[in-house]
Amino acid sequence: MTKRRLEPFVWLMFSAGGVLAAVFLPVLAFLFAFAFPLGWMTPPGHAHLSAVTSHPLTVLFLLGFFVLLLVHSAHRFRYTLYDGLQIKARRAVALLCYGGAAVGTVLALAVLL
Amino acid sequence: MGSESSIGLRVSRYRPESDPGPGWQEYDVPLRTEWTVLDALNHVKNELDPTLSFRWSCRMGICGSCGMNVDGEPRLTCGTFLVDHAPGPIRVEPLANFHVVRDLVIDMTDFMEKLPRVKPWIIRDEEQSVDDGEYLQTPEELDAYKQFSMCINCMLCYAACPVYGLDPDFIGPAAIALAERYDLDSRDRGARERLDVLIEHEGVWGCTFVGECTRVCPKHVDPAGAIQRYKLKAAKQSVMAVLLPRGAR
Repeated sequence: MTKRRLEPFVWLMFSAGGVLAAVFLPVLAFLFAFAFPLGWMTPPGHAHLSAVTSHPLTVLFLLGFFVLLLVHSAHRFRYTLYDGLQIKARRAVALLCYGGAAVGTVLALAVLL
Repeated sequence: MGSESSIGLRVSRYRPESDPGPGWQEYDVPLRTEWTVLDALNHVKNELDPTLSFRWSCRMGICGSCGMNVDGEPRLTCGTFLVDHAPGPIRVEPLANFHVVRDLVIDMTDFMEKLPRVKPWIIRDEEQSVDDGEYLQTPEELDAYKQFSMCINCMLCYAACPVYGLDPDFIGPAAIALAERYDLDSRDRGARERLDVLIEHEGVWGCTFVGECTRVCPKHVDPAGAIQRYKLKAAKQSVMAVLLPRGAR
């Protein structure tokens, strides 16, 4: 066996993205939707945040984070189109979804750098 | 019979020799607190209409033969009480995603063909002789696979699985859960052979983790959990195949 297949790798990225989304998105939502606007916590200044996000380690982490989240949502959306909406053009759907994730990755890179 | 304590049963009928397709037939059965849907069907068969066909055997949730869709939900009819579906009428149909042989009887050939593919039996590198005694197992080693060994092949998970409904080539929840059951058995050495089957697209990758199989499982086997564990196993194997040199696998 040991035929090269893409599915295991996409699935690993999908899973990792799902875990990251479940762990970090609620934190972000809590901070930016409640804690900062309601004055429970003082938000960091722009200069401070910008310094943190331009550190190479932060850039690396955020890039990995965004890529995995994008693959996760692309994979989910792909199966929503396949099975949920019964779209038969499987190749086009895959191209659209993962292509979207690839474009998102480039955009994330542009924003981060 | 007293109309104050009866309930309607809307049963899917299909007699291939005379019917162009499945149709409905209504029966009125006594609504008794201790009666299950299977009891009601047996009442119909014995008292009202002997032509009704359905499978059943143990009437205690062990044999796995009386699975049907009750009000659209895959259920063991021997464990589904009439009072929980009152006031009715209760819709009784054959399990979804299968060909119907007659009335409520489904054709299991597809599963019977798929099950042996995952080799659900203990595989040994070399068999130890009878003189060497039995293969010993600690309670912890038993606990590792016990949950997955509770499967009674009732097919409720296949009836609930939308992926199996859309793609009949998908090997399906029960077969993968049973593969996991033997993989986790300390006496077994066949994990590699099963992985070769399940690493294919029709194996674990067909699953999109809807999770309905686990929800409807009457024995709490958690096939969805087994499939996720298998995906991790298959993914690990694929990563190793890329990273490691050929000799180390």
